Amino acid sequence: MSHFIDRLNFFRKAREPFANDHGEVRGESREWENGYRQRWQHDKIVRSTHGVNCTGSCSWKIYVKNGLVTWETQQTDYPRTRPDLPNHEPRGCPRGASYSWYIYSANRLKHPLIRKPLLKLWREALEAKGDPVDAWASIVEDPAKSKQYKRARGMGGFVRANWDELNELIAASNVYTAKQYGPDRIIGFSPIPAMSMVSYAAGSRYLSLIGGVCMSFYDWYCDLPPASPMTWGEQTDVPESADWYNSGYIIAWGSNVPQTRTPDAHFFTEVRYKGTKTVSITPDYAEVSKLTDEWLSAKQGTDAALAMAMGHVILKEFHLDKPSSYFTDYVRRYTDMPFLVELEPREDGSYAPGRQMRASDFEASLGQGNNPEWKTVAWDETRDQLVVPRGSIGFRWGEESGGESGGEGEKARGKWNLEPLDADGTEIKPLLSLAEQHDDIAKVAFPYFGAIAHEHFDHVKSGGASDELLFHSLPAKRLRKADGSDVLAVTVFDLMCANYGIDRGFGAEGEDDGATSYDQVKPYTPAWQEKITGVPAEQATRIAREFADNADKTQGRSMIIVGAGMNHWYHMDMNYRGLINMLVMCGCIGQSGGGWAHYVGQEKLRPQTGWTPLAFGLDWQRPPRHMNSTSFFYNHSSQWRYEKLEIKEILSPLAKIEDYPGSLIDFNVRSERMGWLPSAPQLATNPLRLAAKAEAAGMSTKDYAVQQLKSGELAFAAEDPDNPQNFPRNMFIWRSNLLGSSGKGHEYMLKYLLGTRHGIQGKDLGEEGGSKPQEVKWHDEAPEGKLDLLVTLDFRMSTTCLYSDIVLPTATWYEKDDLNTSDMHPFIHPLTAATDPAWESRSDWEIYKGIAKAFSKVCVGHLGEETDLVTLPHQHDSPAELAQVEVKDWKKGECEPIPGKTMPALIEVKRNYPETYERFTSVGPLLESIGNGGKGISWNTEKEVKLLGDLNHRKLDGPHKGRPQIESAIDAAEMILTLAPETNGQVAVKAWGALSKITGRDHTHLAHPKEEEKIRFRDIVAQPRKIISSPTWSGLEDEHVSYNAGYTNVHELIPWRTVSGRQQFYQDHPWMRAFGESLLVYRPPIDTKAAVSMAGPKGNGNPEIALNWITPHQKWGIHSTYSDNLLMQTLSRGGPIVWMSEDDAGAIGVEDNDWIELYNANGAIAARAVVSQRVKNGMVMMYHAQERIVNIPGSEITGTRGGIHNSVTRVCPKPTHMIGGYAQLSYSFNYYGTVGSNRDEFVIVRKMKRIDWLDGEGNDYEQEAVK
Amino acid sequence: MFSEYLQHLLYGYYPYLAGTVFLVGSLMRFDHGQFTWKTGSSQMLSSKNMRLASNLFHIGIIVIFFGHLFGMLTPHWVYAPFLHAGTKQLLAIVVGGIAGIMCVVGGAMLLYRRFTHPRVKASSSMMDNIILGLIVFQAALGMITIIFSLGHLDGEMMLTLSSWAQSIVFFSGGAADYMSEVSWIYKLHIFVGLTIILLFPFSRLVHVWSVPFGYVTRRYQLVRRRTT
Repeated sequence: MSHFIDRLNFFRKAREPFANDHGEVRGESREWENGYRQRWQHDKIVRSTHGVNCTGSCSWKIYVKNGLVTWETQQTDYPRTRPDLPNHEPRGCPRGASYSWYIYSANRLKHPLIRKPLLKLWREALEAKGDPVDAWASIVEDPAKSKQYKRARGMGGFVRANWDELNELIAASNVYTAKQYGPDRIIGFSPIPAMSMVSYAAGSRYLSLIGGVCMSFYDWYCDLPPASPMTWGEQTDVPESADWYNSGYIIAWGSNVPQTRTPDAHFFTEVRYKGTKTVSITPDYAEVSKLTDEWLSAKQGTDAALAMAMGHVILKEFHLDKPSSYFTDYVRRYTDMPFLVELEPREDGSYAPGRQMRASDFEASLGQGNNPEWKTVAWDETRDQLVVPRGSIGFRWGEESGGESGGEGEKARGKWNLEPLDADGTEIKPLLSLAEQHDDIAKVAFPYFGAIAHEHFDHVKSGGASDELLFHSLPAKRLRKADGSDVLAVTVFDLMCANYGIDRGFGAEGEDDGATSYDQVKPYTPAWQEKITGVPAEQATRIAREFADNADKTQGRSMIIVGAGMNHWYHMDMNYRGLINMLVMCGCIGQSGGGWAHYVGQEKLRPQTGWTPLAFGLDWQRPPRHMNSTSFFYNHSSQWRYEKLEIKEILSPLAKIEDYPGSLIDFNVRSERMGWLPSAPQLATNPLRLAAKAEAAGMSTKDYAVQQLKSGELAFAAEDPDNPQNFPRNMFIWRSNLLGSSGKGHEYMLKYLLGTRHGIQGKDLGEEGGSKPQEVKWHDEAPEGKLDLLVTLDFRMSTTCLYSDIVLPTATWYEKDDLNTSDMHPFIHPLTAATDPAWESRSDWEIYKGIAKAFSKVCVGHLGEETDLVTLPHQHDSPAELAQVEVKDWKKGECEPIPGKTMPALIEVKRNYPETYERFTSVGPLLESIGNGGKGISWNTEKEVKLLGDLNHRKLDGPHKGRPQIESAIDAAEMILTLAPETNGQVAVKAWGALSKITGRDHTHLAHPKEEEKIRFRDIVAQPRKIISSPTWSGLEDEHVSYNAGYTNVHELIPWRTVSGRQQFYQDHPWMRAFGESLLVYRPPIDTKAAVSMAGPKGNGNPEIALNWITPHQKWGIHSTYSDNLLMQTLSRGGPIVWMSEDDAGAIGVEDNDWIELYNANGAIAARAVVSQRVKNGMVMMYHAQERIVNIPGSEITGTRGGIHNSVTRVCPKPTHMIGGYAQLSYSFNYYGTVGSNRDEFVIVRKMKRIDWLDGEGNDYEQEAVK
Repeated sequence: MFSEYLQHLLYGYYPYLAGTVFLVGSLMRFDHGQFTWKTGSSQMLSSKNMRLASNLFHIGIIVIFFGHLFGMLTPHWVYAPFLHAGTKQLLAIVVGGIAGIMCVVGGAMLLYRRFTHPRVKASSSMMDNIILGLIVFQAALGMITIIFSLGHLDGEMMLTLSSWAQSIVFFSGGAADYMSEVSWIYKLHIFVGLTIILLFPFSRLVHVWSVPFGYVTRRYQLVRRRTT
């Protein structure tokens, strides 16, 4: 009853000794123990999940007691799978189970925070000016004032503020920026909508309504494999993990399945009980290496060489020597192998592979009136003539009109399919090889990069006449073109065989640089790859043979699970196309148990088409502003000012250097100008001002802008990024740790975007006297601190928050309502609020609603109804993807600037700024008037919008009275679920119907069984639900097959969205050819020169070594990010660690747990060394995103705190990723664009001497010097 | 007239008020605020100079505490046969003086830290500041009384004050009368001391109650019977 009275036990014999007085029995109360016992009680269980960027999407039980989350365990109530398949559950890993730690930890953000100098300035300015927008202007336009708070970024000094005050400040900043510089100077970065779609949509809806820019993430994270769009016209689509169980042979290539895909790994283990062989290919002895039957340890970054050797074996044995009938049939139907490629004569009498031939090349365009330049041609074996097979991209667009000459009474539309018919409907059998039917033998040159010397990677001479070129003899057909000239053409199949280094004996003895046996050290044989990768030739040959043999016997049930280790290289396309080619050649794509399982993570936003209107405000205005982040950060954080990779280093020996002048940034600028890649900020002027100027000039806004651009009065912002008019001014970061995790070139961002302390060691091109870009204006003094306001929403004090001006506390994953999906299983999950957001935190939805409200209020008098001019690149899956059959730059006068054709489309968008909040919270009218859709099809949604009104209720008053409401996050979730075909059966039927019109085949049978099904938010709260098949995706959610990418292409004969409509081995875009990647080649990692270019810093007396910088995913963190968690730190070493091999560590005298420093021109990192046999010599590994807030001493090099894993990286974009307006090589958000590769980097490693904690508390010490 | 009233109030009734609050308050806090029963150490936030300051302060104050306990509350007749009042006073001056210096120096260091170190400052409550300030002030006052005491080394004043204290503790009545001739410095010292006792249960001082004497006699292993 009373703690005190309980202790009054003087009269009882309270203490009885025992065990010779070593112990005693006591009678005191143990009630205090209840405190611990109650810790693990609960009074309710709520279903939620982790909105994290892993592949998990696992259903969790969240236990709640007295309004506090106590702990979490895995949910086990998933719908069952089929009888012959293991169930998905239990899903969830121990790292995810550590999440509840964050909610009440000291690291939790509890109140809205702002840095004190800014708050002080703001209050004074507001006092003086009265109007918030004027107040903001008075701060940011005063260099002394703005410097005051900008240089304090990352230096602490946060104070609490209240929501209303900060919302007003943020709104004022946004209004001022939009008014003064343009709304496209307001940037938002948030990744991976699928992990919490409503939270993503909250910010992107706000930004899209005001005309701000949403930044891409998939490409920026370098998780987008551009090889996928190149080959399939598909961003990334992969099998669900259950389909691993259907496989007969699995290679885990650079994917550490048990560690990074823990909840799915059980399928990988289970399938081995069926007799499936598993193989791992990783440089280090990773967890997956232990799990598989065989381990191939290829040197990091050389995977393409191994893949080529395997492809060499597959082609030789299964396509040439003893052709597999399954493979032959598959590649004939589903790949571009039978299509013809023109040979371009070279000066030395040899030929170079040129364009894939089109109907337009021939007399009368072979009868094709519509898009003949986009219809590829093949040779029909049956009729022995040229044919135009159906399904190429020319059949996808514009067929309604029938074209000019294609009428002839027949219905032109409905030929975009993979039926073995030509355009006229005659059955065809396209010829794969011209071996038996050639008119000539041509000597064809192929680029060879394997002989390039690299300090850290082995190279192999070609063995032929040139070390840059390989010559092969190919059977060719002589064809007469429309202009009367004759041309030699070859099939892609024959090109492929030659390209893989197989000498088929067409040329004279010794004329062909190809190999005739595996043990010749000639390019692309197994013996050749051994010299580069270190994998024994015998092993490579055997694995390739087994892989193909299994696929042959099982009709494609061979699979490759592929990981970031392959994709984060500059030449990732080669790694990826290497394995993709293996799969395609073996007929594995689109077959159950086969295909590529890329590590997409939760990028798979299953109800995507239902989500886009909510997320980008498409119900109010179209188009939204999107930007590819890699180009953005490369440009605006001035990383291009330090570029050391020259074009000539990556150009093909077949291309002329004078045709490709300039530096990497120039290519990006040209790409933006031609409408290939997007721009942000877009034009070098405020787009809200253009309409008025145009009116004054008596022109339409679009014409006026074109005229201004052409005359040079107006330019793209990217052409002068250091001009204050073109700075990105405001930035929102939410659901992301941009500056602590994904921010490649971290130190450049600190310096140029934030204007605060940084660790850059290198010199820019100006100081160094390097060659300056041609398309970009050079300023000797680069501006620092371009961002006026950085606002971050998070639930924990991450590294990004540390650098922000304003930090808004958001709800955790257990405190909000949201939706979550993954590509790894077919279920849609909820996040639900187990408790209310703790302290003053709010959900992302509520936060942006609040900002929208403040914006609507503050903008009055500054912004009203405005006309905005939006530039839009040629979008993939739209008719604009056929914009440019040739590369022509209007700025150089090579063509006229025509919006939507030779330059980005210019689209007027009317915005009503004071109505921002009303629009944010209601469903707009465009859904009824235009409809909804995605991936090139659209459908009517009147019925769904009505349903939404009935479900969510309608606005009772205001300017949008009667419109369906979106008040709460659940309302927003209902909007997604109602509009998406994946969660609304009626929409699915409509969507399949829309596609049927284009393919001419009825696909609605795929959705009819689920037509009446409607998944609502409360349904998934009760139990995760399996989604409905939709044409947005290439696989089926079916009772009979597991989801597998490309399944509907193969089984429903829906074309891939590529030039030929088939899986595209041959990339004929001029830039692809110029950069040597029209076909697969092995390319050694690039030389970033970051380690060698910097002036040596003052030595600390310890020896140094240069090692390859590898940054894999966390073992002790919730996927790639959350490692600042006591439980995870306890399993690790309580601070930053870097893995080294025993030999490398020994070479510089480093012992396990020593503090080491890693540096190059980009910056420096201080961390502890983990010395392990696991690591391959020559590389050093640092797990992603070890926050710079945990146990990091100062760097001896930079004098500032020791950095994050991206402190030593810098973005280096690749020109081939900038291509656009060319079928599958067209831009779409997160679909195509430059990617932030980072693994070609080298760092110099040495033991640290002085360990300085930079806290002045006398904890510093010196490490013993290396003897 | 008023000064007499004040004298009775402060030295006759206030001690009982303070004592009651001290005992009842401590009891209630112990029963109802178990999680607030703590030292509230801030050593984790900054450990700079803490080893010196905290030890000086605590050793000093513990010696002073027991010195006062012995000096004030032990009836004179207990030690009269072998300890002259003057000798006792000298003993008190020397031992108390050394302990007092330790306490003042350590306390001042702690006080400085509490008011200047940003992290400690930010996590200090008003009561933390008040109570530490009062204790250092009180210790300084105690040091000043030594100067006065040096003026009369016969121990009479000491005996008067201990008579006052004993008559309070033993409920003898009329305690305040002892204070009529006492110098203002002692009065102030006593008043502040009583105030500290009054504030004791509301401050972190409650940790004094939990001084872990139990460890002196406890055995290595403790077990407990199942309650039936």
